[in-house]
Amino acid sequence: MNIVDHLEKLDRRIIFLLVLLAVIIPLLLPIGFEIKVSEPVQKFYEAIEALPPGSKVLISSEYDPATMPEVYPMNQALAQHCFKKDLRIIGMGLWPQGIPLNQASMEQAAEEYGKEYGVDYVNLGYKAGGIVVISAAAENMPNTFPLDYAGRPIEEFEIMEGIRNFDNIDLIVSLSAGDPGVRHWVMIAQGRYGKKVAGGVTAVSAPAFYPYLNAGQLEGLMGGMKGAAEYETLLEASGTASRGMDAQSIAHGLIIFLILFANLFYLLGKRRKK
Amino acid sequence: MKKQIPLIITFIAGMVMILQFFIPHRPFSDLQQLFNTWFLIITVFAMILGLGNLFKVHTKRLQRRPKGWWYSIVLLAGFAIMFIVGMIWGPARGTPFDYLFWNVHLPMSSMMFALLAFFVASASYRAFRARTPEATLLLVSAILVMIGRVPLGNYIWDKLPLIGDWIMSYPNMAGQRAIMIGIALGIVSTSLRIILGIERTYLSGK
Repeated sequence: MNIVDHLEKLDRRIIFLLVLLAVIIPLLLPIGFEIKVSEPVQKFYEAIEALPPGSKVLISSEYDPATMPEVYPMNQALAQHCFKKDLRIIGMGLWPQGIPLNQASMEQAAEEYGKEYGVDYVNLGYKAGGIVVISAAAENMPNTFPLDYAGRPIEEFEIMEGIRNFDNIDLIVSLSAGDPGVRHWVMIAQGRYGKKVAGGVTAVSAPAFYPYLNAGQLEGLMGGMKGAAEYETLLEASGTASRGMDAQSIAHGLIIFLILFANLFYLLGKRRKK
Repeated sequence: MKKQIPLIITFIAGMVMILQFFIPHRPFSDLQQLFNTWFLIITVFAMILGLGNLFKVHTKRLQRRPKGWWYSIVLLAGFAIMFIVGMIWGPARGTPFDYLFWNVHLPMSSMMFALLAFFVASASYRAFRARTPEATLLLVSAILVMIGRVPLGNYIWDKLPLIGDWIMSYPNMAGQRAIMIGIALGIVSTSLRIILGIERTYLSGK
C-alpha cells in the first residue's frame, strides 16, 4: 500500500481525534466569529416583536435531550424574548422528553424577568396522539389538557382564564426535532385554523421547511444551533448557541477539509490505476 | 362478519373525518371531537401495549440468556426505576423523577447523539466521493451549504452565505416541494383505498 492508498484509507481514530480537537479548542479558546442574522430568523423575531404585551404564545416542545444542543437554546432565547416583551407563555409538548426542557427554559427566563408560574406562564405537559392532539386542542384546550404537567387542574391558573381554543392564542411556536412537530402544526393550526405558526427545527431537517416559509405558512424559522445563535444575536444575549458557533464553524471546516482531502487522494489513486 | 364490521367502522370514521373538514358544523364538528377523544384514549392504550411488549421481550431474553442478555437487565432496571419513581412522586420540577431525567437520562442521551459527529466525519471521509457527475454536484452543493451556514463561511468570503441561502431557497425548495406533493398524493390515494375497503392488509396482513 503506497502513501496515496494509505491516506485514502486514513485510520478513523485520527479523524475522531481531529474532530475532538476541532470542537474542544474553540470552546476553550473562543474565536468570536461574527454571527449574521438570516431572513427566516429575522422574520421569527419580528413575529414576536409584533405581538402586543399580554398576548399569549403557545410553545410546543417536540424535542429531546439528544437534540438539546440545537433546540434548547432556541427555547431559552424564545422564553426570554416573550417575557422581555411581557407576553404570556403556554407550554405543551408532543414529545414527553421536551416537557422538562421547556419548563426549565421558561423558569430560567421567568426568574430573570420576575414572572410567575400560572400567571405569566404555564406548562400543560405532554399528551400522546401527535397530530390529533393539535386538532383536539384547536377545538377545546381545557378538554384536551385538563391538568398541567405536574397534575394540577388548569382552572387554578390565571393565565388559562378565557382560553377555550386556538382563537385565544396569538402565536404558536413549535420547537421540533422530528415528527410530530412543525409540519403537523402547519397542517392543522395554520392550514385548518389559520393560526400564525413559527418553527424551530434541527439543522438537518431545516431544508424541508423552506417551502412552508416561502408559502407564508410559517411566520419564521430557526434552523439548528446557527438559528438559535442568530436569535440570541437579535436579543443581544450571549447564550449556549452563540458560544457553540465557533466550535461548529471549525468542525464544519474540518469535515469539508477531510472530504476534499479524501477526494484528492481518490482522484490521484484513480489516475494512477489508469 | 369478522372483516365486514372493521370495514364498516373504518368507512364511517373515515367519511366523518373527511366531511367534518368540509362541513365544520354540527353534527360533524361534534363527531370530530368525539373521534379525537377516542383516538387519544386508544393511543394511550397502544403505548401501554408497547411498554408491555418491551417488558415481555426483555423478560424472555433474561430467561433464554442469548448473547448480550445482561443489557436487558439494564433496560428493565431503568424502566422499573423511572416507572416507580414517576408513579410515586410525579414528573414535576424538583422530584426524584426530574432529578433522574436531568442527571441520568439527559447526559446519556446527549452523549449518544454527540457520538454522531465523530461517525459523520469518519463516514464522509470514507464515502463522500466524486465518483459520478451527480455525486460531484451533490458534493459541491453540500460543501457550499455547510460552509455557508456557519460564521466561518462569512469570514472566508462574505458571498458564501448568500450562495448557501440560494441553494436552500431554490434548488432545495423545488426538490422538497416535489417530494411533499408526491407524499401527499400517496397519502390521499392510500387513505381512500383504506376508507373504501380496497386496501385490507391492515385487517389480516394478507
